[in-house]
Amino acid sequence: MERIVINGQPHDVTADPSTPLLWVIRDIVGFTGTKFGCGIGQCGACTVHLDGAPVRSCTTPLSKVGTKEVTTIEGLSANSMHVVQQAWDELQVPQCGYCQSGQIMSAVALLEKKPSPTDAEITTAMQGNICRCGTYQRIHAAVHRAAEMKRASA
Amino acid sequence: MIRFNSAVSRRDFVRVSLVLGGGLMVSVYGCGPNGEELPATTADGALEPNAFVRIDTNGTVHVTSKHLEMGQGAYTGLATLIAEELDADWSKVTVEGAGADDKKYGNASIGGLQGTGGSSAIANSWEQHRKAGATARAMLISAAAKQWGVPATELTTEPGEVVHAASKRRAAYGTLVTAAAALPVPTNVTLKDPKTFRYIGKETGTPRVDTKAKINGTAVFTQDVKLPGMLTAVVAHAPLFGGKVKSFDATKAKAIAGVVDVVQIPNGVAVLGQHFWAAKQGRDALTVEWDDSAANTLGTAEIMAQFRDASQKPGVGIRNDGNAEGALKSAAKTVEATYEFPYLAHASMEPLNCVVELKKDGATIWNANQFPTTDRAAVAKLFGMKPEQVIMNTVFSGGSFGRRANPHSDYVMEAATIAKAIDGRAPVKLVWTREDDTAAGYFRPAMLHRMKGGLDAAGNPVAWWQRVVGQSMMAGTMFESPDGKDPSTYEGASDHTYQIANVFLDAHWPKIGVPVQWWRSVGHTHTAFAVEMFVDEMAKAAGKDPVEFRRAMLAKDPRRLGVLNLAAEKSGWGTPLPAGHARGIAVHRSFDTYVAEVAEVSMQNGVPRVHKVTCAVDCGIVVNPDIVRSQMEGAVAFGLGAALFRQIAIEKGRVVSTNFDRYRVLRHSEMPQVDVHIVPSTAAPTGVGEPGTPPIGPAVANALLALTGKPTRSLPFVS
Repeated sequence: MERIVINGQPHDVTADPSTPLLWVIRDIVGFTGTKFGCGIGQCGACTVHLDGAPVRSCTTPLSKVGTKEVTTIEGLSANSMHVVQQAWDELQVPQCGYCQSGQIMSAVALLEKKPSPTDAEITTAMQGNICRCGTYQRIHAAVHRAAEMKRASA
Repeated sequence: MIRFNSAVSRRDFVRVSLVLGGGLMVSVYGCGPNGEELPATTADGALEPNAFVRIDTNGTVHVTSKHLEMGQGAYTGLATLIAEELDADWSKVTVEGAGADDKKYGNASIGGLQGTGGSSAIANSWEQHRKAGATARAMLISAAAKQWGVPATELTTEPGEVVHAASKRRAAYGTLVTAAAALPVPTNVTLKDPKTFRYIGKETGTPRVDTKAKINGTAVFTQDVKLPGMLTAVVAHAPLFGGKVKSFDATKAKAIAGVVDVVQIPNGVAVLGQHFWAAKQGRDALTVEWDDSAANTLGTAEIMAQFRDASQKPGVGIRNDGNAEGALKSAAKTVEATYEFPYLAHASMEPLNCVVELKKDGATIWNANQFPTTDRAAVAKLFGMKPEQVIMNTVFSGGSFGRRANPHSDYVMEAATIAKAIDGRAPVKLVWTREDDTAAGYFRPAMLHRMKGGLDAAGNPVAWWQRVVGQSMMAGTMFESPDGKDPSTYEGASDHTYQIANVFLDAHWPKIGVPVQWWRSVGHTHTAFAVEMFVDEMAKAAGKDPVEFRRAMLAKDPRRLGVLNLAAEKSGWGTPLPAGHARGIAVHRSFDTYVAEVAEVSMQNGVPRVHKVTCAVDCGIVVNPDIVRSQMEGAVAFGLGAALFRQIAIEKGRVVSTNFDRYRVLRHSEMPQVDVHIVPSTAAPTGVGEPGTPPIGPAVANALLALTGKPTRSLPFVS
């Protein structure tokens, strides 16, 4: 049994230590906002934060989590009103929506590190998140918009 | 975790229970079994005048979407049609996916079959859904008129309210529904004058109904459905198309903690686990011996070689205006080209999956289906049930691009087969890995187009000759034509409207054991490329500007000409560009929508870099301009990624490109700036989900032709 902290709450998990964090989050703990897309860390749909840093949960074994705090899309804000979510809403980013939790988690991590990212920094940070509906243009604009909103509220 | 308080599920459930309970068929809305009018009441006093809208006593407007929401905005667009004529308060509108019922939810554009495809959702609902909304509004007005003792003609509506201006009285819809539901359902409602639209065509007022759920993780996809006691199934599939299980050893699989059962199904072995990871580990621990005696062993290289051979032989005639062969012989100049296109997988973000709960007296499916009644019929047959005994719950789809419209119900049947194999002991969620999803086939078929064109001495086109070779995607499906012709092979080519006196087109449909299927924009995915690339090759041979060359041939097709001119103008066609950049244009009509795209391209490290795409679209009346723009942006990304990078490689029958590392898709850095310009129109609306895809490949190829002088004769650009 391992104790991991997800979205501020401890969870006792019985699973093989090699189990990817993605499946612990989805199938054992029960948060389903984090998505399965490729299983090999190529698409970013499973992006969560470990102590604030974005990781691909599909290739992060449970054994590597330890005491680091896991944050999923459900833990981003109490009312779904994180600035990145607000910007996503304002620019009507999602189409099918399946990749968007991962996109948002990558964008949030970027803005924590770089409050005013350049185009190149956004592209680099978001390059690992595939969107098959092709919402990249809106994602890019929404990251800038979220940065602007964050600066305005600071 | 799941929210299935959907009106439709409940209604279907009510109906099915009654049927099973005593053969009494009760319909709670619309007309009864003999076509008689029934009251629009529900048990809780809501107003439900038809199959598409229900208004609760608290004023909530529930719209039932007969079309799958897979990202294209169907839920929002359909609800907008109803909300417009109902004068609904948009903040009180919610949308739920319909169950399976051809009678109620049939799509007139595909012969009354319930289905989402062919960019038809808005087009086939335009009248129907506005009438549905107007009917509800008329009943609310009648109820208020009766209550206030005033003539209905004195009443108007504002979002969510009936208003009597003379007496300054107002009544919220919710307060009127119970009275309204007791009234007869009118059959001859008047629709609004488009000049008075408050939602349709407006930039604000109807944001997508699904955005909030898709940014906070609460949107439910099939992948997220969890039922008590549910097992997850992961399948070892035959590595070759047509392969079968010869024998297998599950000893190691069964030793893995969390593995509950292992069952054989026709095309593989399914491992059932308490969760995905257990099932996946179990699957990986199986030893399976395959019987490949009836399997496809050809690779893509051999298949394309067959197509090249076929292209030298006469095919089935499709179009023959004048005498193309003769005109080619007498032409001052001729141009020839052969274009080759690879197999393509849909590769939606959500790998295919399906949840099936099988019980003695019925079954329930949770899934995102483009053909729900087709899937239901197949499952019912397998279970030995009547279709009505299988309840379909429709959830969001994480993409699809045509893949969840499988005429053979492939993955749905696989889930049902597994549920049957364990005698319904537990609900089953079938989950395909990314590799399962990509290798399962039902690809956009590989294609070959052989072209010949003739020009007169002045550089005017006088002959067009085209031969199309590729597998039929309709053969063996409910859409197969009795004459054996498959229009999806040549749609977009046989019906091009370039005015050329002599036009010939024939087709071959070789039979290959690789399953194929429609893929966002179907035949247009390759016909647009062949036609539009060849037009530029002819323009080059004629020494003419590609836009001028097209204009001269499109005088009789004003809508095609309209988008061509708009895209050219907005892109600054003919104005100077940075060194090393060039523009290319393509125009195409698909699903009755006209799209022209201009791509600005340069070469960077030997790879095309698309900087900007200027898109002009004519889709008739626009219901939601922002969704039209988003669909064009997305279609450009989808088509561009395919043209640049994507191809399914098959070697000795085995698909080798099975995940995003080897089946490369467009990423953030490769996304061009897309500017969308919409042609104002009063024509009936057509679709926007697919038509943005076809022109991008040829627009980029034509830019490369301008830049390098070399035509692109096979896709992808980067291989």
